[in-house]
Amino acid sequence: MSTLSRRRLLAHLAAAAAVPVLAPALASATGPKVVVIGGGFGGASLARYLRRHDPGIPITLIERDAQFTTCPFSNGVLGGLYPLEHVTFPYSKVQAAGIDVVHDAAVGIDPVARSVALAGGHKLSYDYLVVSPGIDLVWDSIQGYNEQAAERMPHAWKAGAQTALLRRQLEAMPDGGLVVIAVPAMPFRCPPGPYERASLIAHYLKANKPKSKVMLLDASDSFIKQDLFMEAWGRLYPGMIEWVPGSKSGRVMSVNPVTMTVSSAFDDYKAAVANIIPAQRAGSIAIQAGLDAGTGFCEIDPVSFESKVHKRIYVLGDATIAGEMPKSGFSANGQAKACARAILADIGGRVAASAKLLNICYSLAAPDYGFSIVDGFELKNGTLALSFEDHRTTPVGASEDEHLREAQSARSWYANITGEMFG
Amino acid sequence: MHISCGGRWVRISAVLVAILQAGAAVGAAPDAEGLADACTSCHGIGGHSQGYIPSLAGIERATLLRELQSYRAQTGPATTTIMNRIARTYTDAELAALADYFSARPHS
Repeated sequence: MSTLSRRRLLAHLAAAAAVPVLAPALASATGPKVVVIGGGFGGASLARYLRRHDPGIPITLIERDAQFTTCPFSNGVLGGLYPLEHVTFPYSKVQAAGIDVVHDAAVGIDPVARSVALAGGHKLSYDYLVVSPGIDLVWDSIQGYNEQAAERMPHAWKAGAQTALLRRQLEAMPDGGLVVIAVPAMPFRCPPGPYERASLIAHYLKANKPKSKVMLLDASDSFIKQDLFMEAWGRLYPGMIEWVPGSKSGRVMSVNPVTMTVSSAFDDYKAAVANIIPAQRAGSIAIQAGLDAGTGFCEIDPVSFESKVHKRIYVLGDATIAGEMPKSGFSANGQAKACARAILADIGGRVAASAKLLNICYSLAAPDYGFSIVDGFELKNGTLALSFEDHRTTPVGASEDEHLREAQSARSWYANITGEMFG
Repeated sequence: MHISCGGRWVRISAVLVAILQAGAAVGAAPDAEGLADACTSCHGIGGHSQGYIPSLAGIERATLLRELQSYRAQTGPATTTIMNRIARTYTDAELAALADYFSARPHS
């Protein structure tokens, strides 16, 4: 063990040991205050969980937007299954639950003074800060792509206006057009998302513009639930979806939004609709505060989700590197509960026990055709490793009825998890 | 958090904490609520589900435990989707703790 990591470990354990002595004094002297940056699957879940378990602790949730549109189920909007409102939630019930929701942007964190600076000029002090900012897009990962280009070639990888824009483009495109989806290299938010998106766009095109095609230009040579997606595409959309892996020049290098051209190293594609998903990193406030230690994503303690860089700052969700946990809403929600329990334990002068962490991810290939992957995680050698490697997904060759039940489960899951956050 | 103490004291407490944590992990009963937190993301707060996924709140303990054990034994009902896969990650004691927890939740 290196001197540095040994010192870190000792300091960490010492901190755990010191908590029982320090925490009650802190609690009674100042009343610990929790500030949460970001009101998505990590931040909103954490705030609601804390409030459900402690009616007294002051919680402030800083969220830039007036409402939250979920990335999970937003592909259904693109497929025309329901409107954007179906996946959009106000913060009214979060506020009503006794959480102070401040619609502003966090622009700076002072880990020594323990305060957060807001774009509006205010400063909020904290005893525990939870940073759950989601992702930022790395615009220059694709030549010619930027915020302006995204108005012509939407990423729709942050749900909301971009989702609505991509849907309008799909509605406006002529029959026989080519829809290109550019998939970045890992790691990115929602690894099966681009393939579900291709499926549900094909679902819309098959019924409305059956001469059209969907092409996935992929930086990678394989993807999660690949066998299940391929099987579904063969059954539901024969000949409509083409997947180009990285080794076959699938990686998108540049785009031209004026001519609607999407280019890999060797090929140019003229798109009717281009959905360009660029590379990603932790949301800017995490980077600005140095929580990523220059790597783009934030390392955390795998039990408490406390930052490895700054004490009393916790990081959740897509912004983290959390061992084998994928960047998903389900992961962020589970991490939020684990983190909330760790904060409550710290306040109460106890050592946090490790929580059960799962990731359950449904994909819809059609409204009534779902499948899933299930992961359990456990602490191995200081990181979150998979509990089991085999039989994680719906089996290939499953019946129509099984896929229907998985689709029904997916809808029920969505209602229940968004109920935890916004209900 | 500020560490005002250093050197030998830190090292000794570190060892003590490690021993205590290890002891807790082996000997103590599972933390039912911590386990149940992972269930509610699908089964709803307090085990009250909306839609297709079944509610767990208030189901008789013996029934719940029998079903959970059947999932882990890969002998769940034919309509099982994901529970056979998930149940593999739980010990006997953890399944019992979950049955205790959800059977004790009020029905509505």
